[in-house]
Amino acid sequence: MFGKLSFSAIPIHNPIIMGAVVGANLVALLVIVLITCYRKWGYLWKEWLTSLDHKRIGIMYVILALVMLLRGFSDAIMMRSQQAVAAGGSPGFLPPDHYNQIFGAHGTIMIIFMAMPFLIGLMNVVVPQQIGARDVAFPFLNSVSLWLTVAAAWLVMVSLGVGDFSRVGWSGYAPLAEKEYSPSTGVDYWMWAFQIAGIASLMSGINFLTTILRMRAPGMTLMRMPLFVWTTLFTTVLIIFAFPVLTADLFLLALDRYLGMRFFADAWGGNLMMYVNLFWIWGHPEVYIVILPAFGIYSEVVATFSGKALFGYRSLVWATAAIMVLSFSVWVHHFFTMGAGPSVNIFFSIATMMIAIPTGVKIFNWLFTMYRGRIRLSVPMYWTLGFLVNFAVGGSTGVLLSVPPADYVLHNSLFLVAHFHNVLIPGALFGFMAGFNYWFPKAFGFRLSEKWGRLSFWCFAVGFNVAFLPLYVLGFMGMPRRMESYVNPAWHPYLLIAAGGAAIILAGIIFMLIQLWVSIREKDARRDPTGDPWDGRTLEWATSSPPAVYNFARTPVVEGLDAFMSMKEKGTAHERPDRYGDIRMPKNTAHGFVLGGLAFIFGFALVWYIWWLAILSGLAMLFTVIARACDDDTHYTIPAAEVERIEEGRRLQMAQGPRQAEGQAILRPGGRPVP
Amino acid sequence: MGSKRYLPICLPVLTAAFFLGGCAEIVLFQPRGPVGASERTLIIVALLLMAIVVIPVFIMTFRFSRKYRASNTNAPYAPRWSYSATIDAIVWLVPVCIIMALGYLSWTRTHSLDPHKPIEPGVRPVIIEAVSLDWKWLFIYPQYDIAAVNRLVFPANVPLSFRITSDTVLTSFFIPQLGSQIYAMTGKQTLLHLMADRPGVYDGHNQQFSGAGYPEMHFKAIAVPGQEFDAWVQKTRQAQGRLDPARFRELEKPTMGYPVTYFSSVEHGMFDYVLEKNSRPPAVGPDRARTDKGS
Repeated sequence: MFGKLSFSAIPIHNPIIMGAVVGANLVALLVIVLITCYRKWGYLWKEWLTSLDHKRIGIMYVILALVMLLRGFSDAIMMRSQQAVAAGGSPGFLPPDHYNQIFGAHGTIMIIFMAMPFLIGLMNVVVPQQIGARDVAFPFLNSVSLWLTVAAAWLVMVSLGVGDFSRVGWSGYAPLAEKEYSPSTGVDYWMWAFQIAGIASLMSGINFLTTILRMRAPGMTLMRMPLFVWTTLFTTVLIIFAFPVLTADLFLLALDRYLGMRFFADAWGGNLMMYVNLFWIWGHPEVYIVILPAFGIYSEVVATFSGKALFGYRSLVWATAAIMVLSFSVWVHHFFTMGAGPSVNIFFSIATMMIAIPTGVKIFNWLFTMYRGRIRLSVPMYWTLGFLVNFAVGGSTGVLLSVPPADYVLHNSLFLVAHFHNVLIPGALFGFMAGFNYWFPKAFGFRLSEKWGRLSFWCFAVGFNVAFLPLYVLGFMGMPRRMESYVNPAWHPYLLIAAGGAAIILAGIIFMLIQLWVSIREKDARRDPTGDPWDGRTLEWATSSPPAVYNFARTPVVEGLDAFMSMKEKGTAHERPDRYGDIRMPKNTAHGFVLGGLAFIFGFALVWYIWWLAILSGLAMLFTVIARACDDDTHYTIPAAEVERIEEGRRLQMAQGPRQAEGQAILRPGGRPVP
Repeated sequence: MGSKRYLPICLPVLTAAFFLGGCAEIVLFQPRGPVGASERTLIIVALLLMAIVVIPVFIMTFRFSRKYRASNTNAPYAPRWSYSATIDAIVWLVPVCIIMALGYLSWTRTHSLDPHKPIEPGVRPVIIEAVSLDWKWLFIYPQYDIAAVNRLVFPANVPLSFRITSDTVLTSFFIPQLGSQIYAMTGKQTLLHLMADRPGVYDGHNQQFSGAGYPEMHFKAIAVPGQEFDAWVQKTRQAQGRLDPARFRELEKPTMGYPVTYFSSVEHGMFDYVLEKNSRPPAVGPDRARTDKGS
């Protein structure tokens, strides 16, 4: 009846896991009680869970990312503290069984359930507004993507309390991930969560590629698109090419595990390295999928806060395009030590190094955007400066690893761990934090606290270096990654320092939460009535904050790069149109939410071999899709009079509100302009 | 404010000091063989080449963000200046030149440090056949008909020629102070050539996560002078036990902390037997099931 599921699946004997489960359930219970007390269930359902509004979907994506950041980071804290105490033969406080689940969960969560939702959330909030559109190309598909991602994340969370998680690492290398070596449900949780989230990402990719190619405002040619739109475009291309490979790879693994096939078993004509190849054909582009949007964010932030047009726009676009193309030709650098011949390794070595060229160009473009600017050191700019310095280090250690003989001694060491964190944390996370602080006023209509934001940044930046520089040294000391315990006492002091770094990052995360808390409490004082708190250059700042559901009452006409800045200079930014027209918008629908719920049940049933439930939920998903397809009444019309009322309300607010509250003095920088 | 000004200079210096501080234990910078020595030099040269880009980025970030801060109204402000062909050419060409230099280095060193390539083609190497097991290493010496578990003894200053395979999942064979690691793969063979240029005891381990016993999968690699090696071979031949397929099936059962074990004789073709067994489906019966190692 319940497949492999029984009460013994709940790890009651493990106090750490049970503590986490009880804690998570208490938080969930608290949230449920609060929503009930404030009678917000109806609001939540009507306005959020069933919403097709790209801005709300984006906000929900970012909330998911922040929740999963906390989960992924608690895994990190546990790993760092385990290695800080498990020295010289001491077993530490985590048994191998538990530790081996944690590093896999950490990687899976941080990449798939923190970075991906964060960037897709920011894209959702910003991209349609930056191109002057009212929504994405496929609003319903957008909702499906969100709820599939939530379902997959939920599977990972449930694995904590029911059953276990994969002990194979986030990359799930065969044959260790095969049933023969990993018979428990852990790998299945990992595999189905990855699979569902991967399909959701693919749908987002298709959605945003179409949105950007088809829905730009008149006049916005490709070479007038803001950099964030460009990087989103490149990322979606990468998603569309890379994710199907992952889907196929995981599907083959599922056939191996569920039907006893032998795709990755050498003895039966399969090939274990085929798994590894396919994984990294997705996995390397995936690195750029999460980093390119952050590059776009830095481009927006650095231009806005330097009060200057972006330096070498065309150069930046082409550099990003080069990265996109090259990222598909480097995957073998993840296993130079496979024993391939020198010619194969050299090809992938030089292809990898070539990526450093456009990346270096981009860094200098950002630096020259600052040159002769008027730099306002606001929180997003802090994250950007932190990125420039740290990413240069991470990039150069990456180039070092791309030299095969150097990789022969550094592969799978803590040097590698330090390198990819040094690329992904400044490269992606810092960018998301910059974007979060930059676009928060757009999404919610009030600014985040600068003071707490800066504190959070400094803790992240300092903690990051304290946590990861020792790992470089440990790599040179020959310490492999993923060690639950170790005998070499020389490694211990460095691991203690690294644990201290993790504690400083923890402070950064706490300050980030305080920043949110304080800013929400003071939101009336922090309100931004203008919709343009940073003196922005691109179209998203032309809308009100938060924007009306339709974003633009009249589709803007674009006449060049930095469309909004030129409108402001010409004084046409807030011109009242002659008349307003009716606006057709997609209706909210529950189908996406229901599909997510069913996908979760489907995944859970497959993990536990509950076949009847899998078939039932699979059919129900099919039925839901058909039901949605049969629904012809998917749009509603906002009459012109209503649009006018909303727009006039906004004008009134702009006229009455305190103009440019916080940044007045620095908004229009003085000094002597150089022609 | 003064301290901030020196930050671009201080930071790399401090970082370098930090790196070199515990030099005594940084094994990759203390290679004990030609392969490791070349790889160390390569790493240092590559890092120096990269500094050509990294240091200007440091300096420019600190300098620009200070000089062009909004409150410094004396600094020039050029809101519309957004392109310079000269700068564009420089920021493309400098990285291109660095990558060309590095690419040349990578090309030549990848050939000269190819793990498949014998170290001194004229000299007869000691052949060692390494098999990774759950969670231990088996070393077979086909020239001497002996074998050892979790202990690798070899003569210093004599090239070593490894044939490596795995009887379990993917693992990686690595002795940091001698240089290059290489994967041990189920049903496949990899080759590795190393040499120690002086006697000593070096740590060796598996560098690819392979399940519950992974942290235990390390061994001592002991380089001894030539005569001592001969004596060790003679002594091992006096040990108990013969390694044959039956004994191997016992050995391949998952264990942690397996004691150092010697075999006085080895059935001819043991390594090929392991290779063969993992590259062909078993003739009869269900597949070999490792008893619930994970859970």
